[in-house]
Order: sequence, then C-alpha cells, then structure tokens
Amino acid sequence: MALLEVRDLHAAYGAITALRGVSFHVEPGQVVTLIGANGAGKSTTLNTLSGLMKPTRGSIIFEGRHIEGWRADRVAALGLVQVPEGRQIIAPMTVYENLLMGAYLRRDSAAVRTDLDRIFERFPRLYDRRDQKAGTLSGGEQQMLAVGRALMMRPRLLMLDEPSLGLAPLMVNEVFRIIADIKAQGIPIVLVEQNARKALQVADHAYVLERGAITVHGPAGELRNDASIISAYLGH
Amino acid sequence: MDSGQQFLQQLINALSLGTIYSLFALGYALVFSVLGVLNLAHSAIFTAGAVIGLLLMRYVNASAPVAFLGAMIGAGLLGIILEWIAFRPLRKRGAPRISQLISSIGAAILIVNGFQLLFQSLFGRTEEYFPRGIVAEQPILIGSLSIQPIRLIILVVSLALMLLLQFLVRRTKVGMAMRSVAFNQRTSSLLGVNVNWVFMLTFFLAGALGGAGGLLYGLSFSRVTPFMGQDIALIGLTAIVLGGMGSIQGAVLGGFLVAIFQTFSIALGGSSYRDAFVFIILFLILLVRPQGLLGQPEQNRA
Repeated sequence: MALLEVRDLHAAYGAITALRGVSFHVEPGQVVTLIGANGAGKSTTLNTLSGLMKPTRGSIIFEGRHIEGWRADRVAALGLVQVPEGRQIIAPMTVYENLLMGAYLRRDSAAVRTDLDRIFERFPRLYDRRDQKAGTLSGGEQQMLAVGRALMMRPRLLMLDEPSLGLAPLMVNEVFRIIADIKAQGIPIVLVEQNARKALQVADHAYVLERGAITVHGPAGELRNDASIISAYLGH
Repeated sequence: MDSGQQFLQQLINALSLGTIYSLFALGYALVFSVLGVLNLAHSAIFTAGAVIGLLLMRYVNASAPVAFLGAMIGAGLLGIILEWIAFRPLRKRGAPRISQLISSIGAAILIVNGFQLLFQSLFGRTEEYFPRGIVAEQPILIGSLSIQPIRLIILVVSLALMLLLQFLVRRTKVGMAMRSVAFNQRTSSLLGVNVNWVFMLTFFLAGALGGAGGLLYGLSFSRVTPFMGQDIALIGLTAIVLGGMGSIQGAVLGGFLVAIFQTFSIALGGSSYRDAFVFIILFLILLVRPQGLLGQPEQNRA
C-alpha cells in the first residue's frame, strides 16, 4: 500500500479552478517530485494535502486514512509535514524557539532534546545563532531553520515547497545536499521545484503538472532523458 | 504633610490606579496582537468582573479571594463567548476587521444593557456597594503616609498577574503558540497549532485580566455600576496607543503613564480636567509617535 495516495484531486480559488484531477502516489522511502511551470498547481497541491485549502473533489489517503478536508493542524499531527514556500519562519522568535515550535505537538521531551542536538549538529550555523531572532538570518539559514523545524516534527512524509527559491547558487547546492541527507535517513519526500534539473537528480519518481493536471509521469531517471521534458523544463 | 510626602502619597495612588489600567489595557493588547482586531467589548468584560465579584460576595458570601478568582474565570468565559458570537462568525466569512470592531461595540452595548436590567431587578437601582469589611479599611501608616490597604492589595495582585502573564507568554508552550499565531496563522497551523484554540485562550486570558481589573477598580471605590466600563474604555485605548498597539510591555507602561498623568493633573488642576487630559495625550501621541513608545513595525508584534 502506498504511503500517500492522491486520487482525482480538484481544488479552486473561488470561481477559478486550480486543480483538475491530480493523481499521484508516494511509496515509503521515496522522493517524489512535482515539476511544472509557475501557476501549474504545484503549491496548490501541497496546500490541499496540508489542509490549508479544502479540495472540491477527490481523495487524499495518508497511511490508509482519508484526510481530505482535514484541518491543517490535524494533518500535521499525523506527520504529513509541509515546509511552505518562502520558508515562513517565525521572524520575531529566536532560532531556538522556532525549532521548539516544531516540537509543539510532541510530549517526549527527552527525545526532543536529542533531536535538537542532532539538528544543531547537522546545522552548526543554527547553533551559533540559536538565540538570535530568526528574522535576522540569511535566506539560506532561514531555509535550514525551516527544514530543521520540520524535522523536529518527526515527519512521516515531508513536503518541500520550492526549497531552493531565491537562494544563491552555492546555497541551492547545499539545499539539495540536505534533501539527499533526509532521503538517506529514510524520510519520504514530496518535492515541489522550479529547478527541475536538480529535482530530477534527487527524485525517484516525477510528475509533471500542467494547468492543474498531471500530464506526464515516470521514474525520474527516464524523465531526465525525455526529449519533451528536456525542451520544456530543462532548457537545452 | 510637606510637599515631598504629598508627592509620595499621590505617586502611590497613581501606581495603584495604573496597575488597574495596565491590567485592563493588557486585554486589549493581547487580543490585538494575536488576532489583529480591537475588542471594544473589553470594557464590558471589565464591568462583568466587578459585577460577578459583587454577586459572589453578596449572594454566596464568598470571601474576597474566592470572589476574585470567580470574577476572573467568569470574565474569561465571557471573553470566550464573545469570541464565538461576535468575532468567529465574521472571521470565518472573511469579513473586514472593521466589521469585527463594530460587532464588538454591539456586544458591549448588549452586555451593559443586560447588567442594567440585572441591577434594576436585583437592587432597584443602577449602582450597588460592596459588603462592608470585605477588605481591611484601617489605613496603613508608614511615617506620616497613610495608605488604604486596598491600594496595596491592588498593586501587589496586579503586578503578580502581570508577571504571571509575562511568564506564560515568554516561557511556556502555549505562550509560544500565541506568539507564533500572532505572527503567522497559516504557518502555525502547519506546525500543528490549533489556531482557533489559541484564539479562545487569548480571549479567556484577556477577559480574565480585564475582569480582575474591573473587580479591583470596583473595590477601590467600593461601588459597582453597569456603566463603570465607560470610564476606562478610553483610558485603556490611550494606554495601548501610548505604549504601542499589541505590545504587552507597552500596555503596562501605557497604563502606568496614563494613571500618573491623570493623578498629577488632578493634583495640579482639579478633577474636572482629567478626562480632557487623557484625550490630549491620545491626540499628541497619534500626532508625534503613532506607533507608540514601545511600538515596532507591523511584522514584530507580540
């Protein structure tokens, strides 16, 4: 059974239809990427999965449970965790408090400590700045904080919305290294990216979204060599 | 009494009044920082605290501490009901904030009218006095200073409540959730925070603080009327505008400053000008420093 199964998902902003029948699935341990142009419905898909938007039709089955239309905090409590576009760290709170917010639902304070230590070890820059207001961090550091905060939630499936957006090229490479790390830990990922080339390198399976529907999908390695994908999304 | 002692006496009065203003203003500030709306029914909740306290003392012979706790809880619950009736339905429909403000004015009128009817049927008039001897009345003499015990009680209890609130907001998990929701509701919900629950909690805390302020205010004049909230509505607004909208420290500072201005304006020019004085302060701040003394740019509220 798939970890996440999305079937015929429809969603709309008022009268404007944003998703018209999106279907895909994620297997345990897999990295699945959704690629597509601006406005194709990638972020809308993630927001509907997260419960920030209510679907108008279709189903979302996570670990055997129908969760379509659930409130966002209840979805998060299941371990279906989104790192939203633009990082969305809590700027007036310290780096340390932001990470603690990731453990908001957890009651196992000893394990929270060890997870904090592990994240500070993985991201030494966050440790150096733990008592600074998160708003003072650079874009790359904020992205690390957002990912660290999501890892504090012990995600069963991590959804990353444009994690490399607006970052300097060196930082983009670092972000994809982090994604590979998370994958190596066995945490499955749904990755939404404009940087299709890098996304296809790290992903197992890829779906192409166009105007709210999946048009092509297949193993990432195959799509990387598909002539139509190359011309549309990878440049020459 | 020489003028130095007179000054000290006035200062103690001002501080005691100031803590009540601060408690009250904190309620405005909490709701404003977390939800971004002004709850103009907060002055009615203030009154409710005094009314509940009075009724508990009158009809179940509650001691002052029990009545005080009851008043806080009762006013807090009234805050939650207000959130359900006056704010949530509008928020769900995505109504502009100004509608929520107006809805809260309506709720205030409704509550005050309710108390008016209650007072008429219970006491046959629209004012009532606390039972005698509920707090000690013998003035405490320190040198040639004479301090009413209620003034000291107000000072101590209010400061304790403010410290407690500060601890709750800065050091606990729910406090973190409140600050997080104040900054970004969507992101907070992605982290597993039940945003509506945080709103309810915020209204409860604001109501409990306002209710505590109301009962203390009533006790200091030993009198309760359904209209006592009117006196303080403007003062509380001035306090938060002065301190910085949505800033907790600002509300406390603003409350004290307004009380100090008021007390010394009475000492200098007589009590008939004290409300005019509050208006002048409000006007001047809005003119000179609209973000308030401790106000920060929009992004850094709470």
